[in-house]
Amino acid sequence: MFRPRVIPVLLLKNNGLAKSVNFKDHRYIGDPINAVKLFNNFKADELVFLDIYASKEKRLVSLDFVKKVGEEANMPFAVGGGITSLNDIKAVLNAGAEKVVINASAVQNPSFIKEAANTFGSSTIAVCMDVKKKFLSKEKKVFTINGSKASVFSPVDFAKKMEELGAGEIIVQSVEKDGTMSGYDLELIKQVSGAVTIPVVALGGAGTLAHLKQAVIESNASAVAAGSMFVYHGPRRAVLVNYPSRQELNTLFS
Amino acid sequence: MHAEVAIIDYSMGNLGSVKKKLDHIGVSSVITSNHEQIKNSKKIILPGVGHFANGVKMLKEKNLWDFIKQEVEQNNKPILGICLGMQLMAKHSEEGNEHGFGWFDAEVIKFNIKDKLKYKVPHIGWNSVEIKKQDKIFENIAMESGFYFVHAYHIVCNNKNDVIGESNYEYDFACAVRKNNIVGVQFHPEKSHEEGEKLLINFCNS
Repeated sequence: MFRPRVIPVLLLKNNGLAKSVNFKDHRYIGDPINAVKLFNNFKADELVFLDIYASKEKRLVSLDFVKKVGEEANMPFAVGGGITSLNDIKAVLNAGAEKVVINASAVQNPSFIKEAANTFGSSTIAVCMDVKKKFLSKEKKVFTINGSKASVFSPVDFAKKMEELGAGEIIVQSVEKDGTMSGYDLELIKQVSGAVTIPVVALGGAGTLAHLKQAVIESNASAVAAGSMFVYHGPRRAVLVNYPSRQELNTLFS
Repeated sequence: MHAEVAIIDYSMGNLGSVKKKLDHIGVSSVITSNHEQIKNSKKIILPGVGHFANGVKMLKEKNLWDFIKQEVEQNNKPILGICLGMQLMAKHSEEGNEHGFGWFDAEVIKFNIKDKLKYKVPHIGWNSVEIKKQDKIFENIAMESGFYFVHAYHIVCNNKNDVIGESNYEYDFACAVRKNNIVGVQFHPEKSHEEGEKLLINFCNS
């Protein structure tokens, strides 16, 4: 039976692991390679690494880091951070990643996604969209550069465009929900999922197994991703890498 | 010392993860497009991710097409195809309307999904495999724990006898095929934790 993927998303800051709330207040969590080892033991489905300052600093995620993850990870992993060219993608894949995650470049230069999908195959190209309401507005828009720069795109229009250009999957991240552990933006996920036929990954806000289930059952997410939920434990948010057991996952979505 | 397994390098996808797994289980391997190295190996793994017609083109450009055919058909060398590597074993694919090796009387087609809300394409994630025919590569594996899939196209075998494993994504589709020395799997054993590792051990030891 098909089981939706449950994906820890790990944020990199100065090659250390960090976690944010609403894309701000980054807290140092620990050593990313150690986290990979722990997620190996938990048999995590897949991992996503995002270098959150790469685009802002106009540089590519560290290839040396990607190589280290590749040597350690027993599961597929995707990497995002400052990817702007076909050469960047090639370098990240060669360093051991299965997929790349493209955010800022997909917004600034959508045709890049088409080139990328044609060259490397759709299944290696994931687009991540950061969504929040524009200042003094009710309308949700796609943002870039750590949620600081608004684009003209609505989430649904952007998702459709990305599908048309050949993206293999879309990670929909709610900036307002990030780090809150209060549940996903179910309406947003549902809208996007209903608009495209490629997999939609829910991100931003998950705190419990019930939240993961909601995104799949109520919003038709194909996969669910989370940061805080897999690195924090308890109300005081003690750092503790964790992941549901295979058994829990096998029964959760059925 | 010659490497036991030749992992065919034709510039399609991530080959390092297959090699890493083989290293881990203590099987010597080499990522190569060199005829001599392939000839000297006991087994071949044909991995690959990407576009079918592109895969055929790359194998031909690298002068590997006829050579692999000869190794498999005349020298009966065991070969394991993974993902695109498995699809290339079919007669034909609609992805780029191109012919494959033709070892299986089969067509590769795109997922034909009715419930587009529930079943997105590509099919990405963990799925269980139902054994249709006992095979050495399935020995000692807990099939219900599942394997990792990433694909938009799947194989349809005209000869049901070739199908050793099936998965379900809205409908049943063949995800493991075998004919004599030739075996192919749609999923990625190299990315499927211990059960995938066992499958690779079974292939390498059989």
